[in-house]
Amino acid sequence: MTLRLTAGEKYAAILGLGGYRPRRVVDNAEICTMIDSSDEWIRTRSGIIERRWASPDETIQMMSIAAARKALDRAGIEAGQIDTVIVSTVTHFHQTPAVATTIASELGAKSAAAFDISAACAGFCYATAMADSFIRSGASRYVLIIGVERLSDMIQQTQPWNAALAWDPVAYQATQGDANWPTLKMEGNPVFKWASYTMAKTAAEALDAAGVRAEDLDVFAPHQANMRITDAMFRALKLPSGVVVARDIARQGNTSAASIPLAIEALLESGEAHQGQTCLIIGFGAGLVYAGQVIILP
Amino acid sequence: MPTTEEVRADLAEIVNEVAGVPVNDVQLDKSFTDDLDVDSLSMVEIIYAAEEKFGVSIPDEEAKNLKTVGDAVAYIERAAA
Repeated sequence: MTLRLTAGEKYAAILGLGGYRPRRVVDNAEICTMIDSSDEWIRTRSGIIERRWASPDETIQMMSIAAARKALDRAGIEAGQIDTVIVSTVTHFHQTPAVATTIASELGAKSAAAFDISAACAGFCYATAMADSFIRSGASRYVLIIGVERLSDMIQQTQPWNAALAWDPVAYQATQGDANWPTLKMEGNPVFKWASYTMAKTAAEALDAAGVRAEDLDVFAPHQANMRITDAMFRALKLPSGVVVARDIARQGNTSAASIPLAIEALLESGEAHQGQTCLIIGFGAGLVYAGQVIILP
Repeated sequence: MPTTEEVRADLAEIVNEVAGVPVNDVQLDKSFTDDLDVDSLSMVEIIYAAEEKFGVSIPDEEAKNLKTVGDAVAYIERAAA
């Protein structure tokens, strides 16, 4: 016999977006009290001027809920309408239950499906692909996706690359650091090359899949790994000079799964980007994993 | 076969585009890091662009030995021959 299939939607749309940034601002001068570096070196190599460190009360759960409430509010959706919650994080140090379950419960999405995914800096784009698939297959109607990290929990603060990049997790491997947790390390130059060129090709494939030419693109919001990568990708993609580019890394550092949504929120709040515009997003990270899409901004 | 000066000039264009160094400063005797203030990330981009422009392969272990503009030009000339 054949089974009845769920009927999905023809399209999935992003209805609202919200972010949460920790209170404590850490500038390069403070970082340079922990590692032997300089504000000039950090700015020129990464584009970072300052970043945010989460305080003890700013847990994965707390930050996710604050951001989710903003997104729901902007989307005009009640929490009770959410039927699926996906959280992308590599810094929730409990195997089970997934942090998505406690987030769903506290938000009031009490009967939502809820699970976590681990896809490093590609996590938000992976979650976007999943949300799109669930909606178009009919499995879900309203999906809440969250990219959230407390990367300061897993970085050796005395390692120049990691500390300065606040906490660039584009790592090939986790190694046993001084902390009880494994800590991340990264080979900077090979990863820079991979991100700037191989990922530019992936981004070009996303444009192609969406039927959007470079000259028609409004906004470019890559994972905020490093300003130099963003610039190199921009050149490799041959994007026209009028394309708005996300540069949130300057004030936020690299926040892994959270970087793309935070960067887009910053552009929308400043008015540099607008609802309805096309936006190329691409995430790439430890694994090595990567994913990209063209989305319409909410 | 392009002349040494032609290779230098094309490489100077690349260095200018990647790192903003004036093309006339990109002379054979100049060190990328010490004289032209080109950092390692820019070198990655310059090497990649040079591979594309000149149709040569410059593996990482060779690239790290290219300290001066002259080193790079000589490598490109040998590789393209």
